[in-house]
Amino acid sequence: MLNEFAFLLCAALTLAGAVAAMTLRNLVHCALCAAGAFAGLAALYLQLDAQFVGFAQFLVYVGAIAILIVFTVLLTRGAEIRPGESTASPAPWMGLLVGVLVLACLIGSIVASPGLFRVPSQTARASVQQIGEQLMNQYVLPLETIGLLLTAALLGAVVIALREPPDK
Amino acid sequence: MSGLHQILVWIGEITGIIVVFGSCFALTTIAERKILGRMQNRFGPNRVGPWGLLQPLADGLKMITKEDIVPFSADKTLHFLAPLVLTVPIWLAFAVLPFGRNMSAIDLDAGILFFFAIGSASELAVFMAGWSSQNKYSLVGAMRAIAQMISYEVPLVLSTVPVLMLAGSLSLNDIVAAQGTHTYLGLACWNVFTPWGLAGFLLFLIAATAESNRSPFDLPEGESEIIAGFLTEYSGFKYALFFLGEYLGLFAMTGMAVTLFLGGWHAPFSWLEWVPSWLWFGVKFGALIFLFIWVRATLPRLRLDQLLNFSWRFLVPLCLINLLVAAVWFWTRGWNSVPALLIRWLLGAAFIVLPWHWLGQALRGPLPPPRKYTYAE
Repeated sequence: MLNEFAFLLCAALTLAGAVAAMTLRNLVHCALCAAGAFAGLAALYLQLDAQFVGFAQFLVYVGAIAILIVFTVLLTRGAEIRPGESTASPAPWMGLLVGVLVLACLIGSIVASPGLFRVPSQTARASVQQIGEQLMNQYVLPLETIGLLLTAALLGAVVIALREPPDK
Repeated sequence: MSGLHQILVWIGEITGIIVVFGSCFALTTIAERKILGRMQNRFGPNRVGPWGLLQPLADGLKMITKEDIVPFSADKTLHFLAPLVLTVPIWLAFAVLPFGRNMSAIDLDAGILFFFAIGSASELAVFMAGWSSQNKYSLVGAMRAIAQMISYEVPLVLSTVPVLMLAGSLSLNDIVAAQGTHTYLGLACWNVFTPWGLAGFLLFLIAATAESNRSPFDLPEGESEIIAGFLTEYSGFKYALFFLGEYLGLFAMTGMAVTLFLGGWHAPFSWLEWVPSWLWFGVKFGALIFLFIWVRATLPRLRLDQLLNFSWRFLVPLCLINLLVAAVWFWTRGWNSVPALLIRWLLGAAFIVLPWHWLGQALRGPLPPPRKYTYAE
């Protein structure tokens, strides 16, 4: 009972945040609502007993990505959308296409997973230690690859930002 | 345990934390003003009550009864929400700190991750406060604060990594338990008594000072430059909430430093274990708070470029080197004779002190070229 109520609360927060982030007219408000949606998602992970993922979601998305979005909005242009302008994208079918593709991927992988129709024999509870051991043993190569990619992206960003005006 | 009993225990824990750290806040404000006064050769507050001890009460009453002014062009909702978003998560951070033997409200498997995740919400709150005020000083202050918090969060988290690596756990109770053994003369094996622990402790303290916007890193509120930064348009109770949030953030960081490096609630010597564990925690906590006040009275404020360079070119590389020192300490853990211990220490110290010196020299290096002003000349 309490669990269902908590789920409804978290789901409502996530959905309301996401809808508000798409519809509000002020970009800073949109960014903050997106942060609220991220926090709701973190709460949903926590409710599924995935502590590590939940906290990491909060740390990365609310603590870093939301701040990054806010910085980008402030550094590029004014946050207000002018009254005549529409908030809708000029090419809505592109968004629809991407959405349908992502949904298809998710549904495909869920249907293909062997655990779908099997009742779990025990409550799966991944401790931080198990996650760490998996990351450092079985999945160490993907982890290192992601690290390398991120470093390359970081260097690329620095190179782009470093373009200095030619000396006179 | 019945459901009602569990709920009563929770209420007890929550009330305990709120009462103890709420009164800590009041005590620290008066202690800070008194100590600052003493260090600057003046009296400090001395009008309300004996030796001015009732000053926090008077300040609190004044804050509550003051008019709450919201600027006409401000974003009313965000202006109202910002102090709450800052203060509420910080209370949550106290839930995972072990204040004494069996005295942590919840023992999370990933306690330290929870602590830092909760702490990251304060950046958003500061931005909300600065942006919603529609005041250039507020916005400049908020941007400074966020740049500072992001820069110093990296060394803050990195300096804790050696502790996690050597304790082999993210749970704060396990980290305290790992520091509970004793060596010669009953001296406790606190992390701060190792080369990587000492370096990590200092790095953590510096980063924590910056994260809680305290002098010498108080640029976001630099009174002589931008009035009060993101607090400019706040008054009355909302201002008090920001103040509370800032001090609570400092307390949480201090409690974290005690837990990670100063052995948590353990006594420094095995023959002192009869003193209650929460008292040890309180003594270490108070000593660190005094240190923060002392630093505030001593050091002048940094410039913004000095601040950012100090983090990225000094603290972050040192934190990475410190990881290596911790690894060396771990590999040589079999060296238990006294001369071997000495070599171990010298090795660790050399790894840290030499880069410290070189990075410090590089930081001091040639000044950047004079700034070109496009519109001001």
